[in-house]
Amino acid sequence: MFETDKNDNPTDGSLNVIQANLRPCIQCGTCTASCPNAEQMDLTPRKMWRLVILGRLTDIMASKTFILCSDCYTCTLRCPRGLPLTESMEALKGIAFARQETQFRNSRLFYEKFMQTVRRYGRVREMEFMTRYFTAMKNPLTPFRFAPLGIKLLGKRKVTIGFGKSSATPLDALFDKVAAMEQAQAGTTGKEKTP
Amino acid sequence: MKYLYYPGCSLTATAREYDLSTRAVMAAAGVSLTEIDDWTCCGASAAAPLSHLLSLSLSARNLALAEQAGSGSQILVPCSACYLNLKKANDALQNDAERRATINEALKAVDLSANGNVRVRHLLDVLSMDLGKKRLSPFITRSFKGLTVAPYYGCQCLRPYVEFDDPERPVSMEPLVEITGAEILSWEMGTRCCGASLVSTQPETGLERVCTILKAAKGADLIVTVCPMCQINLDGWQSKVSQMTGEDLSITVLYLPQFLGLAMGIDDKSLGLDLNLAILDGFKEKIIQ
Ligand code: SF4
Ligand code: SF4
Repeated sequence: MFETDKNDNPTDGSLNVIQANLRPCIQCGTCTASCPNAEQMDLTPRKMWRLVILGRLTDIMASKTFILCSDCYTCTLRCPRGLPLTESMEALKGIAFARQETQFRNSRLFYEKFMQTVRRYGRVREMEFMTRYFTAMKNPLTPFRFAPLGIKLLGKRKVTIGFGKSSATPLDALFDKVAAMEQAQAGTTGKEKTP
Repeated sequence: MKYLYYPGCSLTATAREYDLSTRAVMAAAGVSLTEIDDWTCCGASAAAPLSHLLSLSLSARNLALAEQAGSGSQILVPCSACYLNLKKANDALQNDAERRATINEALKAVDLSANGNVRVRHLLDVLSMDLGKKRLSPFITRSFKGLTVAPYYGCQCLRPYVEFDDPERPVSMEPLVEITGAEILSWEMGTRCCGASLVSTQPETGLERVCTILKAAKGADLIVTVCPMCQINLDGWQSKVSQMTGEDLSITVLYLPQFLGLAMGIDDKSLGLDLNLAILDGFKEKIIQ
């Protein structure tokens, strides 16, 4: 009933869930008018939701709109149909990361390195996280963007101390369990979806 | 009054002054805080896009620890992002049997279980609703008459869960500022997003958000915040944004408990004022003793 791109093959079915949630959208544009980042987006939130409803994954992944969502929840609060818009933007980020879309590499690395730190220590040591992020980005120039703030924070001794506990609490067991549960889940839904 | 306390990662590092001042003000007001032992990261905004279940489970681990202190306990959370994550997990545990089962299945890996029988409260909620003008006024020893404060609420303590204030036209900070004798700047930017992690991942967009807020705060002597992300975006990047626009946008930015603590006569060291990134000299001379 909805047209879909030939190339679109959302194997994990995640777009279907967002699509189903967004169907009641009446294209009123309240979300766009509410969004603090709309001006920097190549597609307005309203147009993004239109593409989601149409299942146009390739076009969606070519846009930077969802990566520019800063989770402010204003659109979610105001949408006259009460749709879960911020969570849908979040889910689109998840699809882009899972597909390893190259244009979102930096954002993906930022999120992944953050979670690796959490996994290893239970808490985030901000400086270590930033180091991992910059190493992963392999762009020697990027840290200079942060240098002025980094130096300020170092001066305040805010980046190395204050961890609070003598030993960390690794969360490998929890991370592994969640991954196993999700794999099992993907296995079953995958089977159901195979025509 | 007693609360469990979840500081969250930022408050052990870049936002240590928020932790110090929260503890100092609460202690001075006779409120007891018990830090949740062995708490871990809530997942921030990074976990959810990678895995929704991981995000819920990371927060639920902390709720499970809190529940061990007894059902009906209240957790005080100063960071708005942690607050929202813990609240989402608590909401799922309370109201969604299927999710509750899934989360608890995951928590088995760390020998914990959670039912959602605690309450998650933002620091601003506790300061404005439980303490409020009436209970805090007796502790105010200094007058900040002549100061104008721009109250900055940000997003996630107000939205999407509407708990203690209007999510678009909040006022909960006003009585807390007024008991110090200071005036409130009337502005539209108190609930406008600070750019959150976009300042790091998409700086062109993120810094625009910071710029808009700092420009609107002109006319105030200081901005008061209730979230470490808002604070570091507004204080840590203001020199960069001033450079970008060629306009001096520097302004003092304090955490709400730092501001209240000053008015309560608490010494600046206990409030972590030496750790702030943006306290202008003029402000220092006038206010910090
Ligand atoms: S505010 Fe809601 S109904 Fe209106 S266009 Fe946006 S998503 Fe659709
Ligand atoms: S939640 Fe995201 S999409 Fe919605 S208004 Fe805020 S920044 Fe825009």
